Amino acid sequence: MAKELNIFVENRPGRLRSVAGVLSEKKINVRTMTLQDRGEYGLMRMIVDKPEAAHLALADKGFACALKEILAIALKDKPGSFLKLADVFMKHSVNILDAYGFVLQSSKEAVFCVEVKDTLAVKKVLIKEGFKVLEEELYEF
Amino acid sequence: MEINFWDKEIETIDKAALKVLQLKRLKETVSCALKTQFYKPRLKKAGINSADDIKHWEDYKKIPLTTKDDLRECYPNGLLAVDMKDVVRLHTSSGTTGTPTVIYHTKNDINHWAELVARSIVATGATNEDVFQNMMSYGMFTGGLGLHYGAEKVGLTVIPMGGGNTKRQIQLMKDFGSTILHITPSYILHIHSKLGESGVELKDLRLRKAYLGAEPYSENTRKKVEQLFKIDVYNSYGLSEMNGPGVGFECAHKCGMHVWEDTYLLEVIDPKTGESLGEDKEGEIVLTNLTRRATPLLRYRTRDIAAIHKGLCGCKRTHRRISRILGRTDDMLIINGVNVYPSQIEEVIMRIPQVGTNYQIYLEKEGTLDKLVVKVEIYSKMFSGNLAEIDALKSRIVEELRASIIIHPAVELHEPGSLPVFEGKAKRVVDNRVKL
Repeated sequence: MAKELNIFVENRPGRLRSVAGVLSEKKINVRTMTLQDRGEYGLMRMIVDKPEAAHLALADKGFACALKEILAIALKDKPGSFLKLADVFMKHSVNILDAYGFVLQSSKEAVFCVEVKDTLAVKKVLIKEGFKVLEEELYEF
Repeated sequence: MEINFWDKEIETIDKAALKVLQLKRLKETVSCALKTQFYKPRLKKAGINSADDIKHWEDYKKIPLTTKDDLRECYPNGLLAVDMKDVVRLHTSSGTTGTPTVIYHTKNDINHWAELVARSIVATGATNEDVFQNMMSYGMFTGGLGLHYGAEKVGLTVIPMGGGNTKRQIQLMKDFGSTILHITPSYILHIHSKLGESGVELKDLRLRKAYLGAEPYSENTRKKVEQLFKIDVYNSYGLSEMNGPGVGFECAHKCGMHVWEDTYLLEVIDPKTGESLGEDKEGEIVLTNLTRRATPLLRYRTRDIAAIHKGLCGCKRTHRRISRILGRTDDMLIINGVNVYPSQIEEVIMRIPQVGTNYQIYLEKEGTLDKLVVKVEIYSKMFSGNLAEIDALKSRIVEELRASIIIHPAVELHEPGSLPVFEGKAKRVVDNRVKL
């Protein structure tokens, strides 16, 4: 299963810089990131090429961080492909806790990252429906 | 100036007669105290086996001092001196480390307390023509019920509104022409700032007086409130251990609070050495309740710092006056009239595993009201990566603090290691409030 790195950060200048500093030092490549903001604090959510190493490095520096298993679903970067996925979610009553998407190769490949309650079951459903659920390859594209 | 009395004989008692009365009541109180689990061994150790061992007025000095910690250790019934069937009410206060304190009252105790409050408010000129809006909290907090009973005794029209709900307070002040308010200094200033919003002008009100207490404030704040509302403001002193309000109250002369010495044996000591201090010297107030039968308290260290004024007051009351409360000997914080110890906050934080052990308490002014901000750090090992859990954690801390300290705090969550670390004595409380 793909791993997402979650980091608790206070919402004040310099906090992203200190996370970025640790990752850069460990030569960790960030593939995508999203921020959940609550005003005074928030959550940085990242897909990085070496999730375990990144997690260790940040925890070592005292950050409150955690790795979470998510579904990284490969989609064609073209009209209608997201609809196909949404249809499958509806058909199987999959409720999404959190999600974001990013493009890997323009007009070729995109990734939709989804957090659901029962990751394994949804993964099976997706594979059965013909979707490609990325694991290690997510980090190496 | 017209001087009114509720009980002129006792209020103007001469010094010699007062001492005789105090000695008689001290003996009664000591024999009552000897019935409690707490005082029996303690008084015997001091050579007091019966009330007869108190022969002279000065003999009170043989009695050891009682502290707040003693009171905590006595919870729930170490200081109970009567049968529970004779107890008509009790007031508890939340403890600093989860151990509360309790004061029991008999019917007579409550009645005598109301007498003291009656004397106090009549001394300010209150009569049965006044409409009294009590904005102090009712319930365990003694401020609300204490004044309530006294005001009813004098025959004032009491509006038992309690604290909060500013809009309704203003509406009631207007609709019933309240003439006297009992309120904290910060709240009355807040009320003033909200008059305009409520569409009420000063001329719509019939306000004449306010009794301000539960929080320390300065002479300047008194003047400010008096000018803003065009009223007279009287200072009030009390503590739940000594019943509540009605221990000391200002008369119409507004020059210090008369302590009802027929009921309270008043001393001021050096908090460090315990040595008795003379008049006009700042020190810790020590009080003995001479009339309460359900819970006797002898030579109780209040931890309030004040001085006894020299000389007689123009009102002819012989009961001595104390200054404003100038400070505390401990770290107690008074937040919007509520007593809070930093250790109460610490206790809550320490039982929540998702936050670290480092924390800070910030006090600020939001308008005229106090705002409590508690800053804690997320504990990295307990972090799951879910923001919803972080939000729930924050609500939980707010709820648990509110349950423990009664007031509603703002809680800030910080990254691990981001709050200042102290070597040696931690400075956890940052009080940025401008003194009223």
